Amino acid sequence: MLEIILFYVAATVALVSTILAMTRANAIHALIYLIVSLLAVAVIFYLIGAPFVAALEIVIYAGAIMVLFVFVIMMLNLGAKGDAREKTWMRPSVWVGPALLTIVLFAELLYVISSAEGPVSTGVVGAKQVGLSLFGPYVLAVEIASMLLLAGLVGSFHLGRRYLDRAPSSELGHQQEGE
Amino acid sequence: MEGLNIPLNHILLIASLLFVIGMLGLMIRRNIIFILMSLEVMLNSAALAFVAAGAHWGQPDGQIVFMLILSIAAAEVAVGLSLVLQVRRRFRSLDMDSLDWMRG
Repeated sequence: MLEIILFYVAATVALVSTILAMTRANAIHALIYLIVSLLAVAVIFYLIGAPFVAALEIVIYAGAIMVLFVFVIMMLNLGAKGDAREKTWMRPSVWVGPALLTIVLFAELLYVISSAEGPVSTGVVGAKQVGLSLFGPYVLAVEIASMLLLAGLVGSFHLGRRYLDRAPSSELGHQQEGE
Repeated sequence: MEGLNIPLNHILLIASLLFVIGMLGLMIRRNIIFILMSLEVMLNSAALAFVAAGAHWGQPDGQIVFMLILSIAAAEVAVGLSLVLQVRRRFRSLDMDSLDWMRG
């Protein structure tokens, strides 16, 4: 019974913090709410019997990927002026239409989900089982994921290198004049 | 963990709510950083649905798909954020609407 209460609390925290993250004007504030949301999802993973995935969610999602966001936001150096501009971009006329469309989509999903039956099983699927399966039948998927990560590495290096090369000489001077 | 009886319906409900919130964010925000965050939320909710289904059947496959989604999200964010740096450098703005012309 306690676990079920914990599940609903974690789910509420995840939903509320995601909504708050999507509606902030300041990018860093939104990022902190997003990290809270990811931690809540990690609690849900732990409760439904996937402790290894819960650890991965915290280490990689809430750790590595979010730190990447923080670095880039700090490199961009957005200030109070950026917040004001964000607020002008988020008028009600901008978000009412999309909100209605997504409510329709959510109603459809709700209709489909209502046919799923039964509780989540009580057993824990641990790291050993996952590892055996990952390097057994799914070894090709591991290779594909490694190639994908290599492509991401090369692509981000190529795109980011030119920024780092040219920034000190010409770009920084312009930015300081402009701001 | 014995005696845990969370209905599968409710976990899928949470996952679809998170997906819809992410999609709403994708549509209403014009800042590129927020668009990338919305993509993260959507990928994460899909991963939650996979893991819940895997736990429902007691199989590790859902968790393996979670790891694949994780690597996709990592690669996507790395390329996307370096594109953000390029956009900021060239257009002095993070507004997606400043990119609405396509001249090479």
